[in-house]
Amino acid sequence: MKLLVRLRPIAFIAALLVAWQLAVNRHPGYILPGPWGVVGGITDLFRHGVLFKYIVASLFRVTWGFGLAAILAIPLGLVIGWNRRSEIAFNPLVQVLRPISPLAWIPLAILWFGVGDASSVFLIFLGCFFPLLLTAINSVRNIPTVYINAGRNFGLSSTDLVYRVLYPAVVPQLLIGLRITLGVAWLVVVAAEMIAVDSGLGFLIVDARNAGNRYDLVVAGMVIIGLIGLLLDTAMRSLEKVKSFRWAYSED
Amino acid sequence: MSSAQAANPAFAEGAKLRVQNLNLVFTRDEKSIPVLRNISLDVSEGEFVCVVGPSGCGKSTLLNTLGGFLTPTSGSVRIDGEIVRGPDPRRIFVFQERGVFPWLTVEGNIGFGLFKLNVSERQQRVAHYINMVGLQGFEEAYPSQLSGGMKQRLEVARALAVNPDTLYLDEPFGSLDSITRHVMRGELLRIWEAERKTIVFVTHDIDEAVQLADRVVVLSDRPAAIQKIVHIDIAHPRDISSPRYLELRDGILQQIGLAHKI
Repeated sequence: MKLLVRLRPIAFIAALLVAWQLAVNRHPGYILPGPWGVVGGITDLFRHGVLFKYIVASLFRVTWGFGLAAILAIPLGLVIGWNRRSEIAFNPLVQVLRPISPLAWIPLAILWFGVGDASSVFLIFLGCFFPLLLTAINSVRNIPTVYINAGRNFGLSSTDLVYRVLYPAVVPQLLIGLRITLGVAWLVVVAAEMIAVDSGLGFLIVDARNAGNRYDLVVAGMVIIGLIGLLLDTAMRSLEKVKSFRWAYSED
Repeated sequence: MSSAQAANPAFAEGAKLRVQNLNLVFTRDEKSIPVLRNISLDVSEGEFVCVVGPSGCGKSTLLNTLGGFLTPTSGSVRIDGEIVRGPDPRRIFVFQERGVFPWLTVEGNIGFGLFKLNVSERQQRVAHYINMVGLQGFEEAYPSQLSGGMKQRLEVARALAVNPDTLYLDEPFGSLDSITRHVMRGELLRIWEAERKTIVFVTHDIDEAVQLADRVVVLSDRPAAIQKIVHIDIAHPRDISSPRYLELRDGILQQIGLAHKI
């Protein structure tokens, strides 16, 4: 029974793939390559040795952009959330900058960092920084006063209060924010690579089209992006299963 | 015990807790809202005092002020003659909402305040209080795996573990079902008899107050002032259908302005 439930999504995807292939066979007019064509495209990429090179290039940029944003935004957000006054000061600025798509920064990114890794990293950084900052601010603000008061009651110093109450209380919310933001980073890297660099999965898609309308490679790139996004999300989710974090996700 | 001292509800000499002319005014949106009005109360060492009053009258605010979480607008709170200026591990507050830390196990919670002890002392103390509140077998459990009553016992154990001389309990059993609440009252009395802490216990349940307390402080509607202090002169264990019990309970109900019939 359990096996059947697990097989259901796989069976569904398989059925879709078959339907896709049949549709492509029936209307060979070139609107979309079929699944076989895509598999062929992935094999081609693998054989030319660019598949892993491009994946690594994209992951490298995501790691830097996401990592820098996390390192800067989380501590800053925690401090802002902890001090009501600084929150009032920062909030309008954050609210104005946040809705600007990182893609709108592309011209400035190229102006400041030139064409290359640095501008994509910068764009990913921008895409991650504001969501993480807001997550961190809110995670502090949402700590129930009762935990802070209990910590103070037991005579904790301010440093201990941060390590023993503030930190454990915010970690679960931060993890959710990091997971969502990593998804954003993965979205932004593809767009950034279409403009500013000559490697990576985003570049692959643009290049495949420009250099001879290889739509099998375009879709192959899309499939790989989707699969890696899924892997990243699964990895982040597994962190949420840690026992001392679980309280925050299944509170009765 | 304390009943002889408690007989004089005015300022007994050498009171453990002394509240003098306490006033508290909240300021919200440029408006002043008086919450506590001229409260004076002495609680002697080892005494069990319950505070009752109409819903929203400021009972919890009073307790938070005693605990040092709120600063009085005027007047003072003294413990052993010393003015209270903030929370202190000698006086532990048991919170109305669940105050146990959900990210720590039962052991972790009880040991939370014991950071000044060495490992073996801490383990010993934790084990002692796990037994006292009957949480054996749940040492490694997280609060989300415990029932409401167990969580409340855990919070009491965490409070007792640091060996405070005073406990402030803010409607600790308010969210429990009536059977669990009944059991918890019995356990609290048992613990109080064993450890002889000074207890100030806020409740909206008048029966609970009359069952537990040496004295019941009845507060008025907001701004809360002391309306009456009732001395409960019944020995433990209390017979909750005795005429004296009913008389005291009904007296308090009347004091709050509640009818005896529903």
